[in-house]
Amino acid sequence: MSDTFLGMPAFPQAAARAVRDRQLRANLRHATHTIRDKRARAVAELPDWAELRSAGKAIKDHTLRHLDRYLVQLEEAVTAAGGTVHWAADAEEANRIVAGLVHATGTTEVVKVKSMATQEIGLNEALAAEGVTAYETDLAELIVQLGEDRPSHILVPAIHRNRAEIREIFADRMASWGRPAPEGLTDSPAELAEAARLHLREKFLRAEVAVSGANFMVAETGTLVVVESEGNGRMCLTLPRTLISVVGIEKVVPTWRDLEVFLQLLPRSSTAERMNPYTSLWAGTTRGDGPSEFHLVLLDNGRTAALADQVGRQALRCIRCSACLNVCPVYERAGGHAYGSVYPGPIGAVLTPQLRGTASPVDASLPYASSLCGACYEVCPVAIDIPEVLVHLRERVAEQGGHPVERAAVAAAGYVLDHPAALAAAERLAGRTRALHPRRLPGPGRAWTDSRDLPEVPAEPFRDWWRRNRT
Amino acid sequence: MTSRDLILGRIRAALGDTGTVAEQPLPRRYLSAHAPADDPAALLDLLHRNLTDYRALVHRCTEAELPSRIAELLAARGSRTVAVPAGLPDGWLTAAVGVEPLPDDGSLTAARLDAVDSVVTGCALAVAETGTIVLDGGPGQGRRLLSLVPDHHLCVVRAPEQVVASVPLALPRLDPARPQTWISGPSATSDIELDRVVGVHGPRTLEVLLVTV
Repeated sequence: MSDTFLGMPAFPQAAARAVRDRQLRANLRHATHTIRDKRARAVAELPDWAELRSAGKAIKDHTLRHLDRYLVQLEEAVTAAGGTVHWAADAEEANRIVAGLVHATGTTEVVKVKSMATQEIGLNEALAAEGVTAYETDLAELIVQLGEDRPSHILVPAIHRNRAEIREIFADRMASWGRPAPEGLTDSPAELAEAARLHLREKFLRAEVAVSGANFMVAETGTLVVVESEGNGRMCLTLPRTLISVVGIEKVVPTWRDLEVFLQLLPRSSTAERMNPYTSLWAGTTRGDGPSEFHLVLLDNGRTAALADQVGRQALRCIRCSACLNVCPVYERAGGHAYGSVYPGPIGAVLTPQLRGTASPVDASLPYASSLCGACYEVCPVAIDIPEVLVHLRERVAEQGGHPVERAAVAAAGYVLDHPAALAAAERLAGRTRALHPRRLPGPGRAWTDSRDLPEVPAEPFRDWWRRNRT
Repeated sequence: MTSRDLILGRIRAALGDTGTVAEQPLPRRYLSAHAPADDPAALLDLLHRNLTDYRALVHRCTEAELPSRIAELLAARGSRTVAVPAGLPDGWLTAAVGVEPLPDDGSLTAARLDAVDSVVTGCALAVAETGTIVLDGGPGQGRRLLSLVPDHHLCVVRAPEQVVASVPLALPRLDPARPQTWISGPSATSDIELDRVVGVHGPRTLEVLLVTV
């Protein structure tokens, strides 16, 4: 990533720009519609989907309720299996821990498995500042990194790019990062994937340190799980001598058995597959097989603040499947960048303001980046009631001040509605002056009428009409 | 205060409201399998179909035919070298004349394996419903890099004993302490316009031999 998410414009401005980008809208529409139809078929194959979903929800809720206990249990199990556990209260501390571990190996390069947590903390930038180059190895992350771009989707971060754009990025940029793209590269997805295979293989073969996230951590056994498709995850988790996994504290599940629920929910909900091509599971280190050194960095970075919110804490159930992005009418039109966060779409609109707070304009605008249609809740495999959390967060934003003109208007309306004589007078005045009413509001109300017509005021108030005709 | 204490303290403070609410038992009303777990022939067919659906090449043979089928499949690809995990049954490669076996004694490096044509492994088990084979580093399966770096992976599944119906029936048979790789078809990506492309970093060809008595 060449630029950071901080200082982003609020959602409405960023979305308005994105909506005018016809290429972006076409790419997004094509991609989200493709995946949502496939997902519906994959889910329909399981007659017990509803039961799996409620089990997934219940297991996550139970875990969150006893999160302290399960994290301590996980720490014991990982340590007993030969791993080292670190605790990071915030992004800065997590980055410092990882940079220290990389420095201790003496290398200046790491290969990375796609990880939302390390994007959230800006690990690549932090490592670069320490003289360490982080190579993204997921195909989409590679596209984003080479294109000096930002990810726009949880599952397919380069969803905003079409094949022609990707060909151009590879042809132009691969050479400055390592092995150049093959001569005469076309835009066929198979050729582009082959170019990535060749470009990255030399990096896998010489890498001494890998950084990953994890989809699940099992408290009772210390097992970590990484779900992927391309094999870049297996390369990173297997070949280097040192493996560092940075994982949010909410990723823990209590028991080995609990995986039977999530390994059914996640692939079908995410990539619409019965099972994703590769799932790697490991506990600590194994003599003679894979990394000889394993570090687990447990990341808080705002998660405990979300946990303290009785309504908002359900967002911590999220297993990052991205189904909610693919069905969201707002995401489909605005795209992922408009959300100003590594977590875009409906889940981002509830997660980001909880992790980062609602002080900045972009974070305060996120709970409003929704029409509350509820499609996200329908598809969520762990039944996060995203609309409920959005409304709850809107209340929080409103309580912290809202808009001064809005406050004045609401105070005036409160007075008028409390005083029937004043209300009747105001209604009559409005009716008699209606020819003078503008179609759009002046001043600060203008934005509201950018996309709406002002309602027409009737010629006389209803109560006057009733008195004249019915009494 | 350490960050560990800080985080655990924040969690306990955040959960202050939950102490008095009674907890419901976990609802596990989902099915243990979606396929008939007690019909081995049907399960084998289902595994075959699902592996094929995700672009694995699937073959069947009997135990007696196994060495000659392995030899045929390696010859058909023109494989000249094959990585051999520790504990692979002795007889499996006896018919593969002209293929150089590279037994793994722990010294095969990723760079060496990058120049190897094929790897032959067994598996811990296979899941019919999802078309998944699971390797756990047991005898005949080898270290994880063996089934990762070569471009062709030939995996032998013994039916019916290694075939289970579903994920819930697979997990109790697996050891959480062992490093595992669950494989459902060759590597793939949907990162370009969500079109599925088979073959990225793992073996681009996955062949599965389903062996019955």
